[in-house]
Amino acid sequence: MSGRQTISIDPITRIEGHLKVEVVADDGVVKEARCSGQLFRGFELMLLNRDPRDATLLSQRVCGVCPVAHATASALCLDDAFGVAGQIPANGRILRNLIFGANFLQSHILHFYHLAALDFVDVAAGADYEGSDDRLNSLRDFIQRGELAPFMPRYEGDYRLSKEANQEGASHYVQALETRRVAHEMLSVFGGKMPHQVGIVVGGCMETPTADKIGAFLSRLAAVRRFIEQVYIPDVLMVAEAYGDYFEIGAGVKRWMSYGGLDLETEETDLLKRGRFFGAGRVGADLKLEGVDAGKIAEHVRHSWYEDGTSGRHPSEGETVPAPEKAAGYSWMKAPRYEGEPYEVGPLSRALVAYAAGDAEVKREVDGVLARFGAKPEALFSVLGRHAARALEAGRVAKAMATWAMELKPGEPVCEWREPPEAGNGMGLTEAPRGSLGHWAEVRDGKLARYQLVVPTTWNASPQDDEGKPGPIEQALIGTRVRDAANPFEVVRIVRSFDPCLACSIHMLTPKGRELATCRVI
Amino acid sequence: MSVLNGVAPTIRDLVVDQLAPGHHVSLRFQPTVMAAAGEAALEILAATEEAKEGYVLVVDGALPTGAGGRFGYAAKKGGHTTMHARALELAEKAAAIVALGTCSSYGGMHAAAPNPTGSVSIGEALAEAGMEKPVINVPGCPPHPDWFTGTVAQALLFGLPGPEAVDPVGRPKRFYGRLVHDLCQRRGDFEAHKFAKAGGEPGCLYELGCKGPWTHADCPEREWNGGVSWCVKGGSPCQGCVEPFFPDVSCPIYAKIGLAELPRIVRDEGSGELVAVSRPQPVEEE
Repeated sequence: MSGRQTISIDPITRIEGHLKVEVVADDGVVKEARCSGQLFRGFELMLLNRDPRDATLLSQRVCGVCPVAHATASALCLDDAFGVAGQIPANGRILRNLIFGANFLQSHILHFYHLAALDFVDVAAGADYEGSDDRLNSLRDFIQRGELAPFMPRYEGDYRLSKEANQEGASHYVQALETRRVAHEMLSVFGGKMPHQVGIVVGGCMETPTADKIGAFLSRLAAVRRFIEQVYIPDVLMVAEAYGDYFEIGAGVKRWMSYGGLDLETEETDLLKRGRFFGAGRVGADLKLEGVDAGKIAEHVRHSWYEDGTSGRHPSEGETVPAPEKAAGYSWMKAPRYEGEPYEVGPLSRALVAYAAGDAEVKREVDGVLARFGAKPEALFSVLGRHAARALEAGRVAKAMATWAMELKPGEPVCEWREPPEAGNGMGLTEAPRGSLGHWAEVRDGKLARYQLVVPTTWNASPQDDEGKPGPIEQALIGTRVRDAANPFEVVRIVRSFDPCLACSIHMLTPKGRELATCRVI
Repeated sequence: MSVLNGVAPTIRDLVVDQLAPGHHVSLRFQPTVMAAAGEAALEILAATEEAKEGYVLVVDGALPTGAGGRFGYAAKKGGHTTMHARALELAEKAAAIVALGTCSSYGGMHAAAPNPTGSVSIGEALAEAGMEKPVINVPGCPPHPDWFTGTVAQALLFGLPGPEAVDPVGRPKRFYGRLVHDLCQRRGDFEAHKFAKAGGEPGCLYELGCKGPWTHADCPEREWNGGVSWCVKGGSPCQGCVEPFFPDVSCPIYAKIGLAELPRIVRDEGSGELVAVSRPQPVEEE
């Protein structure tokens, strides 16, 4: 690849939602990158004037991949606004964690196998399979019928695994379809159904634990845990062996943040101080731990299709006025910043925060992976670092869930049921599978007067901020060498390593019927 | 995401294996699972559009019409257009259309008051464009995987359900023919006036806002996630998510429905069959 070239990928598939990515490369090296959100839905406006409790059920509807994250953030936010945050019964807290934990496992498995793996594993290697693996026999018959969608076409020219490893990966792709389904079954034991579970509610949980339900939950958890430990984590390491250069690609902004999540107690009402399975914190490349102050979050809009005058505001004071003709705008997403700086959020951020905090289990696991590849911690700041952090996290969450399920007490209360207050303010901070998630609410006259969400992919896929600093995915693309513009593997592997989910990233409000920009034709 | 949860058939049956001997689904374009991205992905859609054997268009999500449709951009081979315009183009050549989910069936969450993006269902969009096409609605937020795979199986094996097999709001009676309330395991508690008054309490969830008395779906007997549970079994009221005008008709979700709301379900006096579903009152129009 030589000379100046623009590569535009629209749509980026195998993510949730509508994302366009455009990079400008000089002699094959990316100099500029733009992430552009393509769909605007106005979710926050649709929650206004409703019973606050409706937000917990309706905000989940932004997306079916991690709806429980929104239910959890919303319930924590309303716990605060209803004045019940310190009184959640232990059963309610544990049931919330089990429902949410099951969603983590499902989301991480789905991400690696069904969203990311087709960039690394060549499923066509099963075309002449002769053996007894019924999943591979299915795939072979499928290929021989000549029906290659949805696996073909695809980018070509950089599949590096051996034929046997490709076949194993393809078999695990099919197996993972079953495992993620079992994770949803596990979730619905206490969540009622999935997607859009109904268990999590302000004050606790709606479902009651009984010995048979705990058993039904644990049985499925054991199956999912076996898959994570015996298949998922080894597969990520197998991919890492063959694609070792991806430990050096896609570092990004080198600032990581976690709000913390999965409550281990609820007496502490300040969520940033509460005892949680995922700790709160920020780290840079020096891995020095710093705290999080939610007051320091602001959303920039200079490069988003919104009025400049609304830029730099805290989410609780956010306002959204579309500015469709704005020449500097290129996305429906805003650009959240912490003290003016972009931050990456997600499993890698949680792992680095835990690592910096001296968490013994995380340190042992992460150091084990680094030792295996003879790598320094900097290798984590990469495409493979994100995949490894996600897989190891799935293992830790599954292990913890088995302990939590045994702490349930049948017959004890699950919920501190409350009717909505006349007035109140709430903030709900948690960690979704793909990163830090915040809900902010204001209740007036018993109804929602304001509701705001700042979601993980808004952090990761944000456009440039007011000072022109690129967002984390954009920064991760800049400096990358793209070997073949017709098959830009590097670009999609970097973008997908963040597990972007656009469905909930663009949700700001606008006056109805206002004329917006004509679309740009690439 | 819900369709991935099917047990019989599974997503593997649907995508990789044959749904029934000699019958398989060719999933040509689905952005969440497909390998291709960018132009290559759009190429598949363009080729499918021209295929002489025809295709079934599955629409999920509502179509934003506000601001000239620009709240939702759709990539298209060689250019860019709006989701609304693209859906109508694809619908024109489709043999039939399946509206998957409450948003594409009736507007759903996207069209919730104040409907900031002017979202409409595919059926409404077709009607506005003066296009006559068979549309099967498979509502639910989300729909049960069986409702979708069952409708696909029907189309593959026996042809699309005829007018006698769908209700007045376009749903297959097979799945949406009876009331949640009539099939509910807690119906006995309702008859005995044993009502839960707070989260986690046993009893009928009528007082906690259950919409089962006017919701048409077979959740109580089919159950969700491989038969593990469903909303009411999980201790939470039915939200009425398969009905036209969801979610506005269901909010506040935890507030008891008034008996005055029941007459909006219009039935034939003789057969007891559903005749119409009217918009509940009062709803403030803009």
